[in-house]
Amino acid sequence: MFDMAALGSQFFVGLSRAMILFIVCSGLSFVLGVLRVPNIAHGSLYMIGAFAAYSITKWVAGPAGFWLALILAPFVVALVSLVAERALFCHLYQREHLMLLLFTFALSLILGDLVKIVWGAEYKSIMAPELFNGSIGILGASIPRYNFFLLIVGPVVGVALWLFANKTKLGKIARAAAVDREIVGAVGINVSWVFAFAFVLGCFLAGLGGALVAPTVSITLGMDHNLIIEAFLIVTIGGLGNMWGAMVGSLIFGLTQAFGVLFWPQFAIVFPYTAVVIILIWRPQGMLKSVW
Amino acid sequence: MKNGSNLKLFLLPAVLFVILLFLPAFIPRFYVYILAVIFVTALLAMSLNMVVGHGGLFQFHHGVFYGVGAYAFALMITKAGLPMWFCFIVSPLIAAIVGLLIGWFCVRLTSLYFGMLQISLGSLIWAIAFRWYSLTSGDDGIHGIPVPDFISSTSSAYYFILIFFILCLICMYLIYRSPFGSTLEAIRDNPERCQAVGINVRLHQLMGIVIATFFAGVAGVLFVVLEGSVFPDMLFWVFSLEIFIMCLLGGWFSFAGPILGAAIIVSLRTFVGAYTEYWTLILGIILILLIFFLPEGVWGYILDKFGSRAKGTVEGGSK
Repeated sequence: MFDMAALGSQFFVGLSRAMILFIVCSGLSFVLGVLRVPNIAHGSLYMIGAFAAYSITKWVAGPAGFWLALILAPFVVALVSLVAERALFCHLYQREHLMLLLFTFALSLILGDLVKIVWGAEYKSIMAPELFNGSIGILGASIPRYNFFLLIVGPVVGVALWLFANKTKLGKIARAAAVDREIVGAVGINVSWVFAFAFVLGCFLAGLGGALVAPTVSITLGMDHNLIIEAFLIVTIGGLGNMWGAMVGSLIFGLTQAFGVLFWPQFAIVFPYTAVVIILIWRPQGMLKSVW
Repeated sequence: MKNGSNLKLFLLPAVLFVILLFLPAFIPRFYVYILAVIFVTALLAMSLNMVVGHGGLFQFHHGVFYGVGAYAFALMITKAGLPMWFCFIVSPLIAAIVGLLIGWFCVRLTSLYFGMLQISLGSLIWAIAFRWYSLTSGDDGIHGIPVPDFISSTSSAYYFILIFFILCLICMYLIYRSPFGSTLEAIRDNPERCQAVGINVRLHQLMGIVIATFFAGVAGVLFVVLEGSVFPDMLFWVFSLEIFIMCLLGGWFSFAGPILGAAIIVSLRTFVGAYTEYWTLILGIILILLIFFLPEGVWGYILDKFGSRAKGTVEGGSK
């Protein structure tokens, strides 16, 4: 029905989409693991990452602008989240989790409208540098160079995050705070700052995902809503707070969506959802072990 | 409870009802319409509160069932041409069946993850309504849905909605007073202990969801009666969380709290939203103020300040 080349290139499209999803979801998963709050504003921060990348490329022209955007945009997002965390969010840690969740929802509403105020409602787009023009042939399938770049960045971010969480002192403290915040506080560590750090790191990854996705899509106001729903699903099927679970979930989601486009373009979205439903019947707690 | 307060409890709604019955004769048509919108939204918020306030479940995507009820009603009338009363009865049942399907998955998870999964599964229904252009007209929605003459004017629709609103409220009140309602509240307060004494926790939660989604479907049908149109935004998760805010704003540990919350949000959206395009920004700020200063909701605050505290809090929850 379909030739192998089409299937193959669609496979790589799905794979590179999965890398973007993984970067965003690993951030969501990290916040979920440490703070135990599904951050609804994560999608909005991803959107801000994309818009910030757009502004930076307008500000500095040429390939330098693109690389600068890739580096600076996540920091812009991290700064936004740091301000929100220190000004408001940190006062809620003693409260029930529902309040924390509703706060992140309020944040997403406010950030969504702030983006509209700052950048306007028009579609934006940015160009990847000339280095990424054209495509590479792998196993008979041709994939755009930028997608190939994403295939490299995704695992690099994953490994870096794993090294950070398992090999550095700060990462270990963060994981310990996820398991038992009282004990971590009792040995003299400022838990509030650990949470702040975890939140900002998670949001940084959302911003990175936004900056990376910017050249491949049109940057619009609605992009936060679609993403956050997908991210919630991925994190749920992967195992809550489990970083490699986010990877597995992203791969399943990205690939089923990409192949769905081939088979039934109008309802491609049905395929990843069906996969999710099957997985949840099979393993309601997600595929990999949850952190807690 | 003393006899006097029992009488007061009955008298206040009765007086309110009489006022609402005669109000359309004295106020402009636009305000009659706003009141009807408030009734529909309040019924939706009340149905949500059945699972949130009384069941302790984080039903984050309740708007889907409202939308499903409305879409089912609209489609059965416009595409299938079925008689109105038949559609009126079947549409909420369809909403309840969708509630059963989604709830069946969700009750396996607890607390916030229940909510996350529900947002995700509900969004699938939104996506289908949004993309299935030939059936639902996608983004445009369905407009000009014909309703029978006797409810086509604003004031007759108002009375129609008021009657069903009151009927549903009475049903809900009876459900809360029934053994099932008490069990639901007991599960909210201590699921482990309920499990231990032999209550099927998941089954009761699922039943609660099905009943709540049925009432959400009724609200959806009433919305179509009032507006004559449906659109995919009714199924969108942001709207669902807005309903959640209504419960929180009104105070979810009181019977009438969600009605108050719905009235406040609908009025604000109508009168403030008319002056600014940044309504969601305002909603976000309201929510933050609420989280920081009024966690018990407006009704909870009023009871705390002026009334006897015990009456407003959990009625069956003696730990």
